[in-house]
Amino acid sequence: MATGVQRASQQLTMADLKGKVDPDWCPGCGDFGVLAAVQKALVELRIPTHNVVTISGIGCSSNFPGYMNTYGMHTLHGRALAVATGLKLANHELTVLVTGGDGDGFGIGGNHFVHSMRRNVDLLYIVMDNQIYGLTTGQTSPTSRVGMKTKSMPFGNIEAPVNPISLALAAGATFVARGYSAEQKHLTELIKQGIEHPGFSFLDVFSPCVTYNHDNTYQWFRPRVKKLEDDSAHDPTNWMAAMEKSLLWGDEIPIGKFFERTDVSTLHGAEPVLNDGPLVHHDPRVPPDVARLFVEELM
Amino acid sequence: MKQTFAIGIGGAAGQGVATPGDILAKIFSRRGLHLNAYNAYQSIIRGGHTLLTIRTGSEKVTNMGDRIDLLIPLNQDTMDRHLQLLTAGAACIYNADTIKPGPAAEGVQLCPLPVSELADISRNKVAQNTLAMGAGLHMMGIGFPALEEVLREQFKKKGEAVVAENIGVARAGYDYAAAHFMSFPNPIPKTENRYAILSGNVAMAMGGAAAGVKFYCAYPMSPSTGVLHWMAAHARKAGIMVRQVEDEIGVINMTIGAAHAGVRAMCATSGGGFALMSEGLGMSAMIETPVVVINCQRAGPSTGVPTKTEQGDLWQMLGAAFGDYPRVIAAPLDIGDCFKLIPEIFNLADRFQCPGLVLCDLLLSEGRLSVHPNDLDFSPPIDRGELITTNGNGNGAPFAVGMNGDYKRYKITESGISPRAVPGVPGHIHTVATDEHMEDGVLISDEFTNPVKRRAMMEKRMRKVAGIEAAVPPPTLWGPRNADVTLIGWGSTKGVIEEACEILNEEGISANQLQIRWLVPLHGEAILEILKDSRHTIIVENNFSGQFARYLRSETSFVPDGHIRKYDGEPFMPHHVVEAVKEQLAGQRKLSVPMHEIMV
Repeated sequence: MATGVQRASQQLTMADLKGKVDPDWCPGCGDFGVLAAVQKALVELRIPTHNVVTISGIGCSSNFPGYMNTYGMHTLHGRALAVATGLKLANHELTVLVTGGDGDGFGIGGNHFVHSMRRNVDLLYIVMDNQIYGLTTGQTSPTSRVGMKTKSMPFGNIEAPVNPISLALAAGATFVARGYSAEQKHLTELIKQGIEHPGFSFLDVFSPCVTYNHDNTYQWFRPRVKKLEDDSAHDPTNWMAAMEKSLLWGDEIPIGKFFERTDVSTLHGAEPVLNDGPLVHHDPRVPPDVARLFVEELM
Repeated sequence: MKQTFAIGIGGAAGQGVATPGDILAKIFSRRGLHLNAYNAYQSIIRGGHTLLTIRTGSEKVTNMGDRIDLLIPLNQDTMDRHLQLLTAGAACIYNADTIKPGPAAEGVQLCPLPVSELADISRNKVAQNTLAMGAGLHMMGIGFPALEEVLREQFKKKGEAVVAENIGVARAGYDYAAAHFMSFPNPIPKTENRYAILSGNVAMAMGGAAAGVKFYCAYPMSPSTGVLHWMAAHARKAGIMVRQVEDEIGVINMTIGAAHAGVRAMCATSGGGFALMSEGLGMSAMIETPVVVINCQRAGPSTGVPTKTEQGDLWQMLGAAFGDYPRVIAAPLDIGDCFKLIPEIFNLADRFQCPGLVLCDLLLSEGRLSVHPNDLDFSPPIDRGELITTNGNGNGAPFAVGMNGDYKRYKITESGISPRAVPGVPGHIHTVATDEHMEDGVLISDEFTNPVKRRAMMEKRMRKVAGIEAAVPPPTLWGPRNADVTLIGWGSTKGVIEEACEILNEEGISANQLQIRWLVPLHGEAILEILKDSRHTIIVENNFSGQFARYLRSETSFVPDGHIRKYDGEPFMPHHVVEAVKEQLAGQRKLSVPMHEIMV
């Protein structure tokens, strides 16, 4: 996102990023950690708050924009990425953050997820992945493990979960990472990198649901997560290696930056119509000589 | 009766019906003639049957008419289907090597062309088309240079040899007709006027450009795809960002995203795609971000008949998305109006911060009409409403920067309109939400809600309805007052009803017309006032259930004396309406469903 990032003239504080209301998440929800890390990242990057738009879908984690003091859009279930794409193309000087959950992004919004990545829309997409539907009181999600018992699958899930990291790599995301809401510093660093990355940054964050997911708890994650940054052999420019790492699940689950490439043009960067700056600043009128040509070609 | 001349060119898809059609349209338009072209085709890329009807005349031509004067069948199938429709005075030019005529009515001139004698068919696969054009041109009394000029332009890119060959073949057809066929008694006239020829889709795309649309996106769907094609081809010159999206759900949401950033954003689709956009329209209304959505209707339900026309989506538009919200719905009356309507509806959408819906149909979207270039005005009024951008407000005036943080996006006002700041403007940070919200945008659904807050926001939004109604003119009655019959139509049937009224008046039955352009707001009281003096009222519409009749009754309790409906996929022809009016005035029936005689 480096091309569009603007810096505030003065130092920001965490208070500058705080929204008008406090989160209504359950005590202990992983999303608190994600919110704090996003706010910290924006403070550290010194991006003026009025140049940031936080866009979400629907779900527990999608209440996120309301807790931020940036421009915000709380859109429809699964549609945040489509809205964000239109907004970014109309004003590519804005820093766009898209937030949501696993049901919102990989379930109902799966189509937009795949296509936004192949388009390399310049934004950071943070999925607060709790492997369950929370706001609808605990049903199976696209990332719920096989066998997990929920209200919608009381005899255990029989469908294989989607692997968001492999999917993102296959779909052409140019920055693919995974964080853990209980690893604040590490998560903040990934968010900063994702914001500054020019192109589509996908950040899947383990954000445990303390109310409905009794399988994938903090206790379950703690011994399993291993930072890729601690593995000196990991090369985030190697797509095949990233794909292999993405398949690791079980006793060892990697978190960190799986992959990044910066040699692919962003969507807005590839469109000559935007050579003269953001669309929102363009004169709405078609120049008279051009208009005349449009009519003459019909005569 | 209008003096017009109609040519029907038919064949299989891929046989080259379009090229002679385009060439003849150009020749007519350069003679200063009006024209209307309608292509009856099928959802097939190669094969099937297609019939292009081009009707021209020195007066305004608004529909395909009732009669074909010259038929050019490019294959046996076309000959078999349509020769029998020709009446005295008409002619049929065909390839005598491959096509056999059937029985023709008395006074129909059969014009066989010995194609293999006149052209080298091993080299030129479409020689029969070019020969027929040349022959037809002579019979219409048009000098050869008119055809030569257009052929030269048409084949310029393929080099001088191809140009010369085509001109030679056309000339052979022209000369053969001079020696062997009888010319039409009235040569095609000529005027000093010049017209642009365009489809409704091109008109709506250009209307969008004129309205200042900076973002257009779509998923291909017949019959709306022509809007995307014009936009894509002209995007860079017009400075428009054009995207093809993964589905119509993505389309509407992307459009809203762009509009929210502060540009005018538009999209077009057909009924099926519009159904997918429904939830997004509710978002546009709830977050009060204006967009314009075009629905080019085709025959439904479901996949229906993708290449055929219908006015069957009215109730879908009226009921699109759940909950109550202000919206504007308009149906363009003809292809020129397709252009004119777009800037108008954008101004309403922007002023009242709600979705503007355009209800077009295949007949206009894919039909072509001559339009005076002055009617394609690229400087229409642009009113962005109460918009706050980093450049000032959207209408060019500077805005007061409120850095104190008291900006309320959904400020409760008397008009229901709240000044709209776009992201990037300092001092106006807010969140918009599809949940019910308070004046400052904070969600009140569900945690902070109470009946007083919810009612206040609902009433704020719905107050805009009164403003919209005041901003849109009521419909007017066309034709003689006190007529024997009043024909009521909406949208694309304007032209055919107009001509039916002319014919009825000539035949001694006085008829007038009430054509509805603005469907929401409807101005029910004004309509009742107009209709209270009518002696006999008939609603004419291109659907099965009388969707507009039901809507009018629901809004006004008005019940007409009769109905004329058609739902076979093809548009009305003037005689369909004329004959139905006569049988209804004679008391034979109250519902007429004319049979389409042309098998396409």
